[in-house]
Amino acid sequence: MRTYLEFEKPIAQLEAKIEELRHLGSEGKINIADEVAKLEAKAERMRHSTFSRLTAWQKVQVARHPERPHGLDYIQGLMTEFNELAGDRNFAEDRALIGGIARFRGRSVVILAQEKGHDMKSRVEHNFGMAKPEGYRKAIRLMRLADRFNLPIITLVDTSGAYPGIEAEARGQAEAIARSIETCLEVGVPIISVVIGEGGSGGAIAIATGNSVLMLEHAVYSVISPEGCASILWRSADQAQIAAEALKLTAKDLFSLGIIDQIIEEPSGGSHRSPTEAITRVGDAIEASLNRLANLSRDEIKQNRRQKYIEIGKKGLV
Amino acid sequence: MSWLTNFVRPKVQVSSDRSGETPDNLWLKCNGCGAMSFHRELESNHQICKDCDYHLRLSAVARLNLLLDKGYKRLKLPAVVVDPLKFRDRKKYTERLKDAQANSADTDALLVGYGTIHNVNAVVAVFDFDFMAGSMGVAVGEGLLHAAAKAVETGSALIVIPASGGARMQEGILSLMQMPRSTVAVAMVREAKLPYIVVLTDPTTGGVSASFAMLGDITLAEPGATVGFAGARVIEETIREKLPEGFQKAEYLLQHGIVDAVVHRHELKDRLGEMISLLMIPDRVSNRGDRGAIAQNQSSQSSLPGQSHAATP
Repeated sequence: MRTYLEFEKPIAQLEAKIEELRHLGSEGKINIADEVAKLEAKAERMRHSTFSRLTAWQKVQVARHPERPHGLDYIQGLMTEFNELAGDRNFAEDRALIGGIARFRGRSVVILAQEKGHDMKSRVEHNFGMAKPEGYRKAIRLMRLADRFNLPIITLVDTSGAYPGIEAEARGQAEAIARSIETCLEVGVPIISVVIGEGGSGGAIAIATGNSVLMLEHAVYSVISPEGCASILWRSADQAQIAAEALKLTAKDLFSLGIIDQIIEEPSGGSHRSPTEAITRVGDAIEASLNRLANLSRDEIKQNRRQKYIEIGKKGLV
Repeated sequence: MSWLTNFVRPKVQVSSDRSGETPDNLWLKCNGCGAMSFHRELESNHQICKDCDYHLRLSAVARLNLLLDKGYKRLKLPAVVVDPLKFRDRKKYTERLKDAQANSADTDALLVGYGTIHNVNAVVAVFDFDFMAGSMGVAVGEGLLHAAAKAVETGSALIVIPASGGARMQEGILSLMQMPRSTVAVAMVREAKLPYIVVLTDPTTGGVSASFAMLGDITLAEPGATVGFAGARVIEETIREKLPEGFQKAEYLLQHGIVDAVVHRHELKDRLGEMISLLMIPDRVSNRGDRGAIAQNQSSQSSLPGQSHAATP
């Protein structure tokens, strides 16, 4: 069964009606192709007008939509010869952050992708996309591998945040994230990061300190979840909608603040309506970014990334 | 009209918390043992309870005075963009900033001093927890980059002393970006082969702990300091379990291999001085004499960074 968000209901009703008519049409009694086409056009207009005017809070919901393509969907759709590489060599394998070597449109790359899971069983397996220190330490290990073999790194960000738990703290969650950021800044190969869903704070920036940071149109990226922010600053999680607005967490906001380099337009009605199309668009944007960085030396790549972060906060602010 | 409705509330001016304006009759309760101490007594003991040794918070200025040799200078930090998001929660961020600035001699939560520690060059960057819980926004990130640049310029060790709840939410994504920015600061010092030492004080959490604060060549912590990524309340809500005794305290971090040592505040200066001297002046055999003389001899003999430019007392 499809999941529909509250504001999608009118669209969903129309889509259901079209589906019903198509079903009737296929039985061949009446020619209703015209009617279907008319309704299709109407649905398209509705999708467009609804999704071009999403509020920040609605975007948060779209970004968290359970049917939105996740990390593993992108790996499957964009990579060939994907060889998953597991474990941090110290403590455990962390399935919240998937990594490996693969071929992306001809190039060998290291891919790191946060994965939330799509049903109860896989959500538990992937810990709802919340990585523990071993996840970030695996990321560090694979970034070093990429650096040694001169492979570009592609990171797909989709997490509500790093896991907050006793064991994670005991094994140095803060240190693992810090080292991961440090490693991102150290490698002499390009890092292309794409925020595909939720960019949750430290858990996201740990693998999103890239030369190019791209973001899907309805993805969100923030220092704290709107709920967390509301409960601290407004002393009530009910104010999450207001907090979402105040945090300026949409792709458009982040682009104008100079935090991200490009917004990847989503298919009409959001990525969850046309996952294949969304995945292709992300692939095209990654490829274009890789091409732009292809002629830089290792040192230039490193300096380019460092400079980008030094500059942040100095530009795009009025 | 009765005397009740006629009653005029006395207009009491609440005196601000500026240091130096503390009234003489102030007694403070120790968070550790509950004993009352006279504030002057605490001040002369660097805010350590003499009954139970509990380390109360030390102000940023007092911290610089404690650690750096006399005659150190304050680094002027650059002005940065103010309220980039035009943020407003129950109160405007600009108003929160003004309030914080009114109670502080400084414009944001980071203070940087430079000079020497036992005659070895050092830049010390201290967080002021009283300033919006020491939270890290653009100003703090920029301050850390400047502190790092000063350390490289003067061949000094960089010592950073966080006391921070984490990222400054009112600066949204820009505060998150201070995590990589502060990490660039660490990289600058590291590339210059100068020591970078972190002294974790109470509290160090969130985005501050998950960036520069965990990247020290050496990481020390003050006794009893709370240090961790996620706040205790968030963890309890996530796992629905009671947290173990001493969780996220400095001693717990030591046990779990996260810090190099837990150092008493009274010993902090000597330990830091020794450490940076060990790291920056590796050869003392050919330079016999007192510490100051060594520093001076070295400045004329070696091209190693880190020799002291300070005059010998």
